[in-house]
Amino acid sequence: MSDTKKIIEIEVLRYQPESDTEPHLEVYKVPFSDDMSVLQGVQYIKDNFDGSLTFRWSCRMAICGSCGMMINGIPKLSCETFLRDYYPNRVRVEAMAHFPIEKDLVVDLSGFIGKLESIQPYIIPREARSLEQGEYIQSPEQFNAYIQFTSCINCTLCYAACPQFGLNPDFIGPAAIALLHRYNMDSRDGAAEQRMELVASEEGVFNCSAVGYCSEVCPKHVDPANAVNINKTNAAKDYFLRFLSPKGGSK
Amino acid sequence: MRAAIAVAEADPSLKVALISKVYPMRSHTVAAEGGAAGVKKPTDSLEYHFHDTVGGGDWLCEQDVVEYFVSQAPVELTQLEHWGCPWSRTADGHVNVRAFGGMKIERTWFAADKSGFHILHTLFQTSMKYPSIKRFDEHFCVDLLAEDGRCQGAVVIEMGTGEFTMIEARSVIIATGGAGRVFRESTLGGIVTGDGMAMAYRHGVALRDMEFVQYHPTCMPVTGLLFTEACRGEGGYLVNKDGYRYLQDYGLGPLQDKPKNKYMELGPRDRLSQAFFFEQQKGRTIQHPTLGAVVHLDLRHLGEAYLHERLPLIYEMAETFMGLDPAKDPIPVRPAVHYTMGGIRVDGRCAASLKGLYAAGECASVGIHGANRLGSNSLTELLVFGKVAGVEAARNAKSSSAGNSASLLKQAQAVEQRVMSLKTKPGGSEKISVLRKEMVQSMEEGCGIFRVEKTMRATCEKLSELRERFKNINIEDKTSVWNTDWLTAIELDYQLDVAQTMAHSAINRKESRGAHQRLDGFEQRDDVNFLKHSEAYYVAGGIPRIAYGDVKITKSQPAARVYGAAGEKADQERKGSHV
Repeated sequence: MSDTKKIIEIEVLRYQPESDTEPHLEVYKVPFSDDMSVLQGVQYIKDNFDGSLTFRWSCRMAICGSCGMMINGIPKLSCETFLRDYYPNRVRVEAMAHFPIEKDLVVDLSGFIGKLESIQPYIIPREARSLEQGEYIQSPEQFNAYIQFTSCINCTLCYAACPQFGLNPDFIGPAAIALLHRYNMDSRDGAAEQRMELVASEEGVFNCSAVGYCSEVCPKHVDPANAVNINKTNAAKDYFLRFLSPKGGSK
Repeated sequence: MRAAIAVAEADPSLKVALISKVYPMRSHTVAAEGGAAGVKKPTDSLEYHFHDTVGGGDWLCEQDVVEYFVSQAPVELTQLEHWGCPWSRTADGHVNVRAFGGMKIERTWFAADKSGFHILHTLFQTSMKYPSIKRFDEHFCVDLLAEDGRCQGAVVIEMGTGEFTMIEARSVIIATGGAGRVFRESTLGGIVTGDGMAMAYRHGVALRDMEFVQYHPTCMPVTGLLFTEACRGEGGYLVNKDGYRYLQDYGLGPLQDKPKNKYMELGPRDRLSQAFFFEQQKGRTIQHPTLGAVVHLDLRHLGEAYLHERLPLIYEMAETFMGLDPAKDPIPVRPAVHYTMGGIRVDGRCAASLKGLYAAGECASVGIHGANRLGSNSLTELLVFGKVAGVEAARNAKSSSAGNSASLLKQAQAVEQRVMSLKTKPGGSEKISVLRKEMVQSMEEGCGIFRVEKTMRATCEKLSELRERFKNINIEDKTSVWNTDWLTAIELDYQLDVAQTMAHSAINRKESRGAHQRLDGFEQRDDVNFLKHSEAYYVAGGIPRIAYGDVKITKSQPAARVYGAAGEKADQERKGSHV
C-alpha cells in the first residue's frame, strides 16, 4: 500500500436502538487505496474512528453472504464493491432495504431464515438408496436442470431489491423460491408436490410482479426471477390439473 | 453441523443446541474451494490415501486414526451426495474426482471450485430436517461449564440483545474451526479466531501441535484471498520472473508435459510455500509495484471455457478483485496463512481429556494432519469426525446423569460477571484494533514460513506484553444490542491465548518438520528427539507449559519425505520391500 493515500467520504447510516429514535447519516473521511473495498472502508471507520459501528462480515471474497449493504442505493456485497469506483464522489452506505434495522448496518434476518426452513430445503428421496449402493447417478441434463439454483449464498440482496417483499414481508421471496426450485428440479428428490402448496399459497410466487431486479442484483447469477417465473407456470398448471385428476401434481 | 445431524440420527429424543456466532452458512467452511479427498477410482486404494497422508504429514500423524479416516472418507462423501451435495460429475453421471497436491491418485471430490460452499449449505439445509436440532444462530459462546471433572454446558451471549444464556448439556462438541486470523496475511474470514480452542485450553485441555501452521502457496497478495490448489490440480503453472517453473529446483521435478501427481505444482503446500521464500531470497520473484513480491500462477493455457467450467469462482475473483482475465493474464500470487494443523487434543473418537467434551474439524487435533495437511483432507475430516463426535457425544449423553443446575448457574453467573467487566470497567486506554495489529504483525515475523530463535523469542515476548496490555483495554461501545466492539475484544482475548501456544510450541521444537521450518541450526528433521506431538497447557497468568506426547506409528515407519522423481523411486522401493 502506498503512503500517499486519497481520501474518500463515506456516508454511513447509523442507528443505535438504545439511544436513537431513528436512523441518521454520518460522514467519515477515509484514506483509501485503489484495492480497498467498501467493506474495508467501513472496517477502517470501526478501527480508527468509532468502535461502535456495527456490520456483518467474514470471508471478504463474496461467498459467505454476510456483508450485503445498500451502496448508493443499490444492494451490493460490500467486500466486492470498490471505493475507487465512487471516488472522488461521496459513497453512501446503508442497511439493506426492506428489512428491519437492528443496529447500524445490521438487519433482522430471522424472517428470511424462517422462509428457508419453510421450503423443506433438503432431499426427500424419490427412491431410497443405501450408502453401499454408492452415489445416485445424474446425467449431465439432470445435473444442469438444477445446478444454477444451488449457487445462492443467502446474502438476501434480492430481498433488498424486491419491491413486492418491501410491500409484503410475508412473501417467501426470490432466494427461498430459487432454493425450492433447486430441490424440485433435482432428480434425487421426489417432494415437488409437497412444496407446490407453498408455491401457490398467499405467500407464494403470485406476489411477484415480474420486475426482475432480484436477478439483476444477484452477485452469483442465480437468476431467482427465472425460478419464480417457472414456478408461476407450474403453479398455474397444477391448479388446472387439480380439476382434471384427483391427485393433481405438477411433476 | 455434521455432528448435530449425527446426534439427531443416533437418537431423536436427545435435544441438540447448535450454537454459532454467525448464521451457520456463513462459517468459513464456505470458502473452501478445491474439494474433499476420498478414494473413488478403481486404480486408487485406501492404502495409497493412508501413505500420502502420513508422508504428507511428515510422520507426525496418528496412524490408526488416519487408517480409520481414509476408510470412512468415501462413505461420508457418498452420504453427502445422498443429501444433495452437487458434486461435479463425469459424462456418465458418476461423481468425478480431480488431482490435488501430494496425492498419488486423483481422489478429490469437488463441486466446481465451491466445494466448501456446497458442503456447508448441504449440511445446513439438511440439518433443518431434524426437529431435535435447535439452532442458536448469532449466539457467541464465551465459556464452557465444567464441574466434577465433566464438561456440562456453555455460556452464550445472544448477539442481537447482549443477553447471557446458560445451556446445560451432558455432552459438548466444539467445532469452531481454526485460528489463522492471529496472522496478518491469511486466506481466512474474520470469524476464524480460535474461540473453541481457547475455551478448551483454559479448562486444562492440551492444544496439540500448534506450531504447525499451513501457508497456502497461491493467495492474493495483501488480502490473502485464496486461489485454490485445484488451479494447479487442473494444470496451472507457477513461474518466477523469468517465466521459469522454479519448483523443479526444489526436489519436485523433473518438469512434466502434463500435470503429474506429486510432481512440480502438485507437490505439497509446505514445500511450495518454502520454495517461494527461497525464490524471493534469490531475487527471482516479481516485484509488483503495489503488491510486493509475487510469483505468477499461470492458467492461460487451460483456456477460457475450461476455466469457466472447473474454476468459475477463481475466474470471478481474478476479474473482480484484481481486474485481470486469467485466460489472458497470469495471476500474481504469494503464500498466506491458511490452516491450523494443531488444535484441541482429542483421541480417535474425538473425545478430549475433559470428560463430556468432544472436538471435530480444524479446531481439533485428532491426529490426521501431522506436521502438514494435504489439501482436500480437511473437508473430509469435518464429515468423518463430525459424525464420530456426534455419535460419541450422543452415547455419552445417554449414559451420564444431568448436572447440578444450581451450581452450574452460579458458575455461569461468574462467567457473565467476568465478561461484562471487560465492557463496564472504568478507565482503560488500549485500543483493540491496535493490539490486534501488533499481534498479527508479530506472529507473521516470528512464526512465518521459516523461523529462527531470535524472532520467535521476540514474538513470545510481544505476546506476553500484549497479554498485559489487554488488561487495560477500552471498549468504546457500552451498549447491549449487537456490541461487536465488545465481542471483538473477547475474540482478541482468545486469539492471544492461541497465538501464545503457537509461538511457544514453535520455539521449543528444535527441528524442521512439515510446516515448521527453522533456519538457525535446526534445519533437519530430528526423529530421535522430536517425533513427538507438542502439547501446550494453560498456565493462568503465565506462558503455556509445553509437554510432549507419543506419536502412534502402526505400519509406516518414518522415511525421507520426497516428491517428484525421487518420490516415485522411494515408492517403488517401498513396494519392493513389502511384497
